Amino acid sequence: MPEIKVTPLGAGQDVGRSCILVSIAGKNVMLDCGMHMGYNDDRRFPDFSYITQNGRLTDFLDCVIISHFHLDHCGALPYFSEMVGYDGPIYMTHPTKAICPILLEDYRKITVDKKGEINFFTSQMIKDCMKKVVAVHLHQTVQVDEELEIKAYYAGHVLGAAMFQIKVGCESVVYTGDYNMTPDRHLGAAWIDRCRPDLLITESTYATTIRDSKRCRERDFLKKVHETVERGGKVLIPVFALGRAQELCILLETFWERMNLKAPIYFSTGLTEKANHYYKLFITWTNQKIRKTFVQRNMFEFKHIKAFDRAFADNPGPMVVFATPGMLHAGQSLQIFKKWAGNEKNMVIMPGYCVQGTVGHKILSGQRKLEMEGRQILEVKMQVEYMSFSAHADAKGIMQLIRQAEPRSVLLVHGEAKKMEFLKQKIEQEFHVSCYMPANGETTTIFTNPSIPVDISLGLLKRETALVTTSPFSSLALGLGLLPDVKKPQLMHGTLMMKDNVSTKLPPACLVPSGSGVQRARGEPPFRGMLVPPRITASSSLARVLKDYSVQHLPDGSITVESILIQATAHSEDQGTKVLLVSWTYQDEELGSYLTALLKKGLPPSSS
Amino acid sequence: MAAHLKKRVYEEFTKVVQQQHEDLSAKKLRLTKPSKSAALHVDLCKATSPADALQYLLQFARKPVEVESVEGVVRILLEHYYKENDASVRLKIASLLGLLSKTAGFSPDCIMDDAINTLQNEKSHQVLAQLLDTLLVIGTKLTDNPSVRMRLVDVACKHLTDSSHGVRNKCLQLIGCLGPVEKGVAKDVENQAAKDVQKIIGDHFNDQDPRVRTAAIKAMLQLHERGLKLQQAIYSQACKLLADDYEQVRSAAVQLIWVLSQLYPESIVPIPSSNEEIRLVDDAFGKICHMVSDGSWVVRVQAAKLLGSMQQVSSHFLEQTLDKKLMSDLRRKRTAHERAKELYSSGEFSSGRKWGDDAPKEEVDTGAVNLIESGACGAFVHGLEDEMYEVRIAAVEALCMLAQSSPSFAEKCLDFLVDMFNDEIEEVRLQSIHTMRKISHNITLREDQLDTVLAVLEDSSRDIREALHELLCCTNVSTKEGIHLALVELLKNLTKYPTDRESIWKCLKFLGSRHPTLVLPLVPELLSTHPFFDTPEPDMDDPAYIAVLVLIFNAAKSCPTMPALFSDHTFRHYAYLRDSLSHLVPPLRLPGRKLVSSPASPSITPHEDPSQQFLHQSLERVYNLQHLDSQGIQELLDFTIRDLQRLGELQSELAGMADFTATYLQCQLLLIKALQEKLWNVAAPLYLKQNALASAAAKQILEETYKMEFMYSGVESRQVVIIHHMRLQAKALQLIVTARTTRGVEPLFGMCEKFLQEVDSFQRCFISELPHMQGSFVDKLLDLMPRLVTSKPSEVVKILQTTLRQSTFLHLPLPEQLHRATANIIEPTGESDNPLRFTSGLVVALDVDATLEHVQDPQGTVKVQVLYPDGQAQIIHPKPADFRNPGPGRHRLITQVYLSHTAWTEPCQIEVRLLLAYNSNRSKASAKMPKSTWSENLEALPQSENGIEGTIPFSKPVKVYIMPKPARR
Repeated sequence: MPEIKVTPLGAGQDVGRSCILVSIAGKNVMLDCGMHMGYNDDRRFPDFSYITQNGRLTDFLDCVIISHFHLDHCGALPYFSEMVGYDGPIYMTHPTKAICPILLEDYRKITVDKKGEINFFTSQMIKDCMKKVVAVHLHQTVQVDEELEIKAYYAGHVLGAAMFQIKVGCESVVYTGDYNMTPDRHLGAAWIDRCRPDLLITESTYATTIRDSKRCRERDFLKKVHETVERGGKVLIPVFALGRAQELCILLETFWERMNLKAPIYFSTGLTEKANHYYKLFITWTNQKIRKTFVQRNMFEFKHIKAFDRAFADNPGPMVVFATPGMLHAGQSLQIFKKWAGNEKNMVIMPGYCVQGTVGHKILSGQRKLEMEGRQILEVKMQVEYMSFSAHADAKGIMQLIRQAEPRSVLLVHGEAKKMEFLKQKIEQEFHVSCYMPANGETTTIFTNPSIPVDISLGLLKRETALVTTSPFSSLALGLGLLPDVKKPQLMHGTLMMKDNVSTKLPPACLVPSGSGVQRARGEPPFRGMLVPPRITASSSLARVLKDYSVQHLPDGSITVESILIQATAHSEDQGTKVLLVSWTYQDEELGSYLTALLKKGLPPSSS
Repeated sequence: MAAHLKKRVYEEFTKVVQQQHEDLSAKKLRLTKPSKSAALHVDLCKATSPADALQYLLQFARKPVEVESVEGVVRILLEHYYKENDASVRLKIASLLGLLSKTAGFSPDCIMDDAINTLQNEKSHQVLAQLLDTLLVIGTKLTDNPSVRMRLVDVACKHLTDSSHGVRNKCLQLIGCLGPVEKGVAKDVENQAAKDVQKIIGDHFNDQDPRVRTAAIKAMLQLHERGLKLQQAIYSQACKLLADDYEQVRSAAVQLIWVLSQLYPESIVPIPSSNEEIRLVDDAFGKICHMVSDGSWVVRVQAAKLLGSMQQVSSHFLEQTLDKKLMSDLRRKRTAHERAKELYSSGEFSSGRKWGDDAPKEEVDTGAVNLIESGACGAFVHGLEDEMYEVRIAAVEALCMLAQSSPSFAEKCLDFLVDMFNDEIEEVRLQSIHTMRKISHNITLREDQLDTVLAVLEDSSRDIREALHELLCCTNVSTKEGIHLALVELLKNLTKYPTDRESIWKCLKFLGSRHPTLVLPLVPELLSTHPFFDTPEPDMDDPAYIAVLVLIFNAAKSCPTMPALFSDHTFRHYAYLRDSLSHLVPPLRLPGRKLVSSPASPSITPHEDPSQQFLHQSLERVYNLQHLDSQGIQELLDFTIRDLQRLGELQSELAGMADFTATYLQCQLLLIKALQEKLWNVAAPLYLKQNALASAAAKQILEETYKMEFMYSGVESRQVVIIHHMRLQAKALQLIVTARTTRGVEPLFGMCEKFLQEVDSFQRCFISELPHMQGSFVDKLLDLMPRLVTSKPSEVVKILQTTLRQSTFLHLPLPEQLHRATANIIEPTGESDNPLRFTSGLVVALDVDATLEHVQDPQGTVKVQVLYPDGQAQIIHPKPADFRNPGPGRHRLITQVYLSHTAWTEPCQIEVRLLLAYNSNRSKASAKMPKSTWSENLEALPQSENGIEGTIPFSKPVKVYIMPKPARR
C-alpha cells in the first residue's frame, strides 16, 4: 500500500526550528529549515545527519520548501545548503526571497559580530544559498521534476507567507507553515481551495485558544496612543523590525490621517527601511484595502511616519516612536525608554511577548524600579501597556482551514504537546479523520489509497458506451427520461498495460476475450500486469501445482510465488466473483506467463 | 525625406478613400433590393464558404428588420439551416432566429414548429443549446398559451439527457421559465404533462457538471418567483448542495434554502445525529450562518445578506450569532466587551490596563468545547471581521435589519456595531453609523460605548461626522456624565472643524430636548454660574457658547425648574437667540416674562387648523368674483395677497400654498391693472409711461409664471394649465403693447403669427382641460380663431384687447401638497470682514455649502452664480457628486467655486447666489403630451422646440469680500 512518511526534525510538539521531512510516493521533500531561538549550541539547528548518514543531501532530497521569512522557519538555510551541503532547488515565494536574506544577515551579524561565535555561516554563504532559491507565485503550479509538483497558497501571517501543496500523482500533502485566518490591517486571511489532500500538516501554536475580535484591541491601542499624545506625552512602542511593526504603522498612519492628527511618528531606521521598501513592492500580497487604494497612494509610503534620529528623543512635545528591539533588552528602544521613563505623561506599549529577564518582561510584571548597569536605579513613572497582536490562527481558525481543505488526515506541528492533544481530539471528533502529532525524530506513516488515472483509447470507450446504451435496459432508462448514471461503475473489457509504474493506453485490439478488472500497481518499477477472469475462488491448490517454488501466504490474503504476487479482491459489484491480479517482475517473466496460463485454464479444484 | 513621407501618406489616404467608395456602392445595391428576405437569400446563396456565409449573417444581424418581413426572413434562414453543413453557421442562424422572434409586434408561434423540428436532427451540442435558447425566447413571448408552454417543456425534458452541459443547462432554464406553475391547469391540459416539474429539476441537483447543478437550482428559484410553491422535500437536497465544491452552486443553494425557510418557517426538521427536532427556519438560519465562513467571498456576501431577512428565527438562535466563546490555554476567557461592561457596572470607569488583565479565569471542560458549531454561533462575529469589505457591509446591513425587529438583539449587537466605527474602510464605517441610527430607538448607549462613538467625531471625513451627529440626535444616553461627555466632544469637534457648526447645533438641540433631566444638574457647570460671585458674561457670538445654550434651552423646554438657574445675561441671550436662531431655540415659559409666542395647543388636527381655514376662506372670497374691474375688488385682491404672504411667513407648512396662490393673484392683479386704464384709448406716443407700465407688467407676469411652474414641487397638470393660460394672457398683453408702440405693420405680421401658433399649441397640449375653462381668455379666443387667422394684425390686436378685458377670472385649484423650492447658503456666511486675498490671474477656491429643499433633480437644475462688482456674472455648474441627499425632499450642495479676476485696488464684495435653471421644453406640459402628437408636430411647429431657457434666483445672495492682488514681479 502506498504511504506517506512524515518526520519532524524540528517543530514536532515544539515551537521553533521548523523542519519537517516528508516522503511521498518516492519523493523526499524538506519543509522549512529553521533555527531555534532558545538554544545557542548545536540544538539551535535541526539535525541534518538524520537524513543521510554519509550520503549527499542533494541525492536524497528532491526539494526544500520555505514557507515564510521568520528565522524559525528559514534560519538554518545557509548552514544547511552551504555548510552541510545541498545543491538542489529551494522554493519560496517572491517576498520571502527578497526579505529572507536581510534577516539572515541580521541574524549572522548578531551571532558572529556581537556574540563572537566562530564556525558560523558567512555573508557569502547567504548569497550562495539564495542563488539556489527558485521563487514561486501564488497558485502557480511548479513542476519540480516530472512527477513532483508544488503550489503555493496565501497564508496571511507575514508578507509572503505561503502554504504549500506538494503533489505526486494523486497523492498530496499540504503544509501550512504559519498562517492567520483573520485579516489584519495589512494582510488578508489565509485561503485554500478544497484540494482534499491526503495529509494536512498544520501549525497549532494557538491550539487551545479562541481569540476575541481584533477590533477591540486595535481600538484600545489607538485610544491609548491618542490620549497620551493629546496630553502632550510621548509614546514608545518597542517592536521587532518586521511583521507586526508594519501592521502597527499602517494602523497609526490611517488613524492619524482619519483624525487629522499632527504629532510626529518616528520609526527607527536601519533594517526596517529596507523591509518597508519590499512591503511597498509586494502590494499584491497585502489585504484588500491596500490593494485597492495603492493606485491613489501606496499605504506603505507613510505620510506621517518619518525616520527617527537619536536627537529627536529629546524634542519637546508629543511624539510616537517605534524602536527596535521588541523586548527592550538592548539597542535604541532601551535608550529611549531610559530617557522617557521618568515622566508619568509618557507611555510604553509592548505589542508582543517578552522573554523572562528582559526589561520588557520586568516592567510588564509591574516592577517600577529597575536596576540598570552601573548600579543605577531607574524609576519607571511612565505608563506601561500591553497589547498583543498575534498573527497565528486560533483553534477556530485551524478548524476552519481543515474544513476548507477537507484533508484525509491531519498532522499537527509547531505547538506544545499538551495543547496539541486537545486539538487532536477535537479534530478526530468533529471531522472523523485521523490526526497525528509526532515528536521530533519520530516518523509517522500514513497509508494512502490513491486512485490511479488510466488512459483509455477513445475507440474503446465509445464502443463500450455504445454497448451499454444499446442494451435493452438502457433504452428503457432513456425512455424514462433518465441519463445513464455516470457515477455508477460500469463493466469494461480491456487490457491494461503498465510500464515503469505508468499506465499507458492500449489499442482495443488487445482486448482479452472475456474478463473484467480493477487495476493495482506494485512498488517495483519494471513489471507487467494482466487482468484475469475471476473464476477461481480457492488458491491453496497453487502450492500443489508449483511444488518447486516457494509459495507464501501473506497476511492480507495475497499469495507470492517467488516474486510473483497474486492478489484476490472481491468485485465491487458482485461479491460472489473475485478479481485476481497477477503481477511479476521481468526476471520471472517465464514463470509469470505460465502461472497466468494456469490460472486462466482454471486450477484444479482444491481439496478443501 | 519628409516630402517623401508626406507623399506616401497621401497615397495611402487616397487608397482608403477608394475602398470606401466601393463599400458604399455595394451597400447601396443591397439597399435598393425590394425586400430584406430576398436580399438575404441572394447573399446566402452567393456565399461560397461557411466563413462567407457567417460574414453575411453577421452583417445582417446589425440591421433591424421590420415586423412585416420577419417571417419571410425566418423562412429563408431555416431553409439555409437545413442545407448548411457547418456548425458555426447553423449556430449563428439559430441565434438570429431567437433575435428575430424578439421583434416587437411579431408573434413567433408560426415558427415554433420549425424550430422544434430543427432540434430533431441536430448533432452539434452548441447549436442544440442555441436552438433551445431560441425556443426559450419564443416561449417567453407566448407565455399566455399553456399548450405551447407544455410542448416546449416536453421538448426540454427530452433533451435533458444530452451529454453536453450547455444543452442540459438551457433545458433546465427553459423548464424553469415555462414549466407549469398551477397544478390544476396542468392536469386539465394533458394527463401526461402533469408530471412534476419540481421532480425533474430536482433530479438534476446531483448532475455531474456544476454548471448544470447551478442551472437546476436557478430554475427552481425561477419557478418560485413565478409563483409555484416549492415542496419542502427539496430542503434536504438543497442542504446537501451547501457542501458542493463549486461556489456558484453553493451560492445558489444558499438562496434556495432561504426561499424554503420563508415558505415553511414553522415545519419541523430533525437534527442529524441526534433525536432532536427544530423549526425549519432555525435550521436554515444555522446553515446559512455556517456559510458566512465559507471559502468563497461571493457565497459569504450572499449568506450575510440573506441573514438579515430571516426575521422569524427564534431569539435563541439569533443571539448565538454574536456569541463566540473565548478561551486561552483551555481556560475560559471573557471578551473585551464583557470586560468593558463589567468594568462599567463596577463603577470604575477608566483604569490603566495592566498586563494580564485579560488573564483567563476558570478552566474549560475540554469535552464541552465545540470548535465547529453546527449552529449559528458567531456568524456575525466572523462576518464583521471578514477580509472583504463587501462581506462586512452585508453583515452590518443584516445586523441592522435583524436588530430593527428584535430589541433584545439590538441591545446585544451594539458592542459590535460600535466596533465597526473603526473599520479601515469609510463605507463600512458610514454604513454602521447609519445602522446604529436606524436601531437607536431600541437602545441606550452605555458610557464606555458612548466614549467610543464620540471618538469618531474627530474623523476627517465630513460625511462620517455628519452621520454621527444625526446618530447623536436620536440616541438615548443613560447618565449625565454621558451628556457632558457628548457635549465636550462635540465642542472639541467644533473647534477642530468650524464648518460643522450648524449640524452640531442641531445635534445638541435634540440631545437637549431628549434628556432634560440629565441636563438639569449640569446647568450651573455649563453656564459657569457661581452662587456668590458674578462671572463674566460670555461672548454671544462664540459658536461654542451658542452650542451650550442650544442644549440648555431645549432641555429647559420640558423642565420648568431650569430657568431658575439662569443668570440675567442668559435671559438676554435667550431673547437674542430665539430671534436669530429660531429653528434651534424653542419658545420657553420664562418666569416674570410674557411668553414670546403663545404656543397653540398642539392637539388641533390639521382639518380644524385655523390657518388652513383662513387660507381657504380668503381664497373662496376671491374666487367668488367673476370680473375684477372695480376698484374695490382690486383692493380686496391687494389685501388677500398681503394676508397670504404673511400667512406663508408664519406657517411654514402652508408657505408653499400661500405663496403659490399669492403669486397667481398678483399676476392677475397686474394684468387687470395694465388693462383697465382708460388711457388705452389715447394715442400711443402720448402715453409712453402707460406703455412702460403695461410692458413691465407683462414682463413680470411672464417671470412669475415661470417661477410658478418650475419652483414649486407638487404642481399638477390642472395648475400647469392655469399657469400657461396666464402666460398666454401676458403674451397677448405684450403683443398689444408692441402693436401700439411700433410703427409699420411688417414686424407685427411675424408676431401675430407666432402668437397664434402658441395659442394653437396651447390648445393641443391641454385639450383635455379646455372644458374646465369656460368663459376664459383662451376659450373666447378659440371661438374667434377662424376670424383671427384671416384678419390683419391691427384687427387681431383689437380683438385680443377686448377678449382680454372681457375674459373671466380663472379659479386656481390647489393641489394636495405644494412646496416651494428654497435654498439657503450656509457657507460662505457673508459675515467676514477679512477679504479673501489671492493673486490676480490665479484662482481661489471658495467653499460653498447650501441646503436645498423641495428641489427636483438638483443635479440638473441648480447652478451657482457669482456676480462681480463690475457687473460680470459667472454661472458655475456643480458636479453631480457635490449633491448629497440627506432626506426626502432635502438636498445638500457642498461644492467649490473657483474665483478669479484681474487686480483690484481695494477689496470689494462679490455676490454668490444659487439659481434654478429651467427649460420650458422640459416643462410638465410637454411631458404630459401624448407621444404621437409630439412627434407629428415636430416639423409643423419648430418654435415649440426651442423652448425658453432661463434661471430663477432662489436663494438670498451672500456677499463675499475678496481682494485680488496684483502679481508681484
